[in-house]
Amino acid sequence: MSKVYIHGLGAVSPAGWGVPALRAAVSQNQPLPVQSLPRPGWDKKLSVRSVPPPLPRPAFFSHPRLRRAATMSQYTIAAALEAIGPDAALVQSGALRLGVIVTTMAGSVTYSRRFYEEVLGNPAAASPLLFPETVFNAPASHLAACLNSPGINYTLVGDEGSFLQGLALAAHWLADDSVAACVVVGTEEPDWIVADAVRLFQKSAIHTSGAGALYLKKPSPARTALSAITDAFTFTHGQNPAAAARAMWRQLGPGTPAELLCDSATAPTQRPDWPGPRLSPKSILGEAFNASAAWQCVLACDQIATGSVPAASVSVVGSSQQAIGARFSQSPVTPL
Amino acid sequence: MLFPLPQPASRPHRVVITGAGIVTALGAGWELNNAGFRTGQTAFRPVTLFDVSRQRTKIAAEIDLPDYGLPARLSRHAFARTSRATRMLLLAAREAWRQSGWEPDDQLPVVLGTTSGEMTLGQAYLSQALAHPRRFKHQPTRVAHYQVQRQALVLCDEFGFTGPLQIISNACASGANAIGHAFALLRQGHARRVLTGGYDALCHLTFAGFDSLQALSPTPCRPFDAHRTGLTLGEGAAVLTLETLASAQKRGAEILGEIIGYGATTDTHHLTQPHPAGDAALAAMQAACTQAGITPAEVDYVNAHGTATPQNDATESAALNRWAGARAASLPVSSTKASIGHLLGAAGAVEAVVCLMALRGQWLPPETALETPDPVCQFPIVRQPTDATVNVALSNSFGFGGANATLVFRRWS
Repeated sequence: MSKVYIHGLGAVSPAGWGVPALRAAVSQNQPLPVQSLPRPGWDKKLSVRSVPPPLPRPAFFSHPRLRRAATMSQYTIAAALEAIGPDAALVQSGALRLGVIVTTMAGSVTYSRRFYEEVLGNPAAASPLLFPETVFNAPASHLAACLNSPGINYTLVGDEGSFLQGLALAAHWLADDSVAACVVVGTEEPDWIVADAVRLFQKSAIHTSGAGALYLKKPSPARTALSAITDAFTFTHGQNPAAAARAMWRQLGPGTPAELLCDSATAPTQRPDWPGPRLSPKSILGEAFNASAAWQCVLACDQIATGSVPAASVSVVGSSQQAIGARFSQSPVTPL
Repeated sequence: MLFPLPQPASRPHRVVITGAGIVTALGAGWELNNAGFRTGQTAFRPVTLFDVSRQRTKIAAEIDLPDYGLPARLSRHAFARTSRATRMLLLAAREAWRQSGWEPDDQLPVVLGTTSGEMTLGQAYLSQALAHPRRFKHQPTRVAHYQVQRQALVLCDEFGFTGPLQIISNACASGANAIGHAFALLRQGHARRVLTGGYDALCHLTFAGFDSLQALSPTPCRPFDAHRTGLTLGEGAAVLTLETLASAQKRGAEILGEIIGYGATTDTHHLTQPHPAGDAALAAMQAACTQAGITPAEVDYVNAHGTATPQNDATESAALNRWAGARAASLPVSSTKASIGHLLGAAGAVEAVVCLMALRGQWLPPETALETPDPVCQFPIVRQPTDATVNVALSNSFGFGGANATLVFRRWS
């Protein structure tokens, strides 16, 4: 069996740019402040949690590819570069074969909305600068360009569970030597149209945005190993979300009193029988689909890496597609 | 469990195709498309699905979507809520499913490629939200069915399987990447059977997008023509049932063809323009052929990406020339986008089925509208219906974002 290690973590969230900001916000266990977002045609504004501007401005913002890139591309690249760390230079020089997997549900919705508004106004005058940025794989492409990475590069679209499917795919690529390392990024961007749509299904949900990244390698001196990813239990006629969640939890195992559960909790898909500590970052950060799932994994791995817990399970019960879980554990250092 | 992985097989599994379904503007089903591609029919006409009066280009390869009939497992209510892209996907999947003889199965992986899913529902949602911000009728349904995973979930419910679902959206390489990923799952022993393919329906946003880039031709596209003026959009779906050779042979299934190679690379040059030298395209073809264990001399036909934009065809020609070397002078190449337009996320999947048709029928699909072959093409472009010995076919798919994918198919005999 091939071992896969979590070599680095990255995050952009309403708590700020970087894993330390995310860690600090979650450790305080208080919901972050909510901002108002105007919705055209409504006096009442939508409630969201916005990502604050980065301070200082990241150097990669000046990359020619990012002049007109959507916000989610900036989030994606920031999280990925933080996770990859010094290995970025190896990728850029061609010394490290990197796989790139980006997962999203809503995609580049801001540019899509703006472009279609222009089409509704006068299609002949719609901006050719906006349209290319609307494709789902634009952030993954920009990331590859920033890293000069010519290798395999997938954008997976689906609900929150897609991020964990992305981790499994990365493990497959590492196992069959398609790549020497792989970064997996879950990313979403803010827009009133998404906040409006979320409100139709979950009145209490607060739309937020950002990205989270895990950088996977084998071997690695990292202290955190990927132990397991369950099957993806799809929501079908014969398997509602609660049933899918139960099936996933059975595969994930019972846990131990020392093991952290990092969940996507909202009843009735909250696991009732967990014996150890529990963390529900959505209640602090808000709903950001694939970015939310990525933050769960980042926080789980961060707690292991900092020695707070020996192992952590992540439970993702998605909004529309699947229930899927993962387990990470402390690992003895493996010589490179 | 998706991880840890079982011990890999000592040798990779061979992967075969036991079912194929196709819907294009040439018609629904293998027979109509087989006849159309074999003779180089074209299916372009004025766009009727949305208002193009203010667009530069007014044609596309629209589908006259046939009646699906009674759904097998979906309720009438659930089926009534499906839209154009989903119905194309269902039609293609039903044809492939029936041909394969598969039974419903838990944990049957589904890997699909699309760029837009049900974008028309997203358009309708935004239009209503802007024009009538306090009217919410139909909006929740539009949100739910707009999401690409919903189309895959409808597919699962109609045929009685449970996934897992993976949707790859790598722009115009999505369909090829989906098939390539499904192939990889089977080859490495992570699955025994996988349902895969691609789909995309025409929608105003995408049409206006390509028009804004001035990438659309006002006349039917002519890939690799020296005087080409851009691409023509189309719509459609293709679905393949893939399984290991052992699985197919065990149940005595008819085998339509074999997938023997897949290569995927990224062109980092520009978001929408390929590097003129075609390095990434070349690398994708080389990777696929290395995996297949073949040289260009053993390839009998190339189904090119061939969009008919000046940049794509120039780059692809350069890459094909470099990859094929001396073989280029006699290597038949064509782009079947000349018949049905560019199907975006469905293109790679539909063109995979065209390759299967050529391998089974021993013919080459022509570009009958080609007038003056671009002199940069060192290879012959198939211009007339041609019978030929076709044992190995290679299919290229390139997309925005520099997504490059190549698939290699072998005749089953």
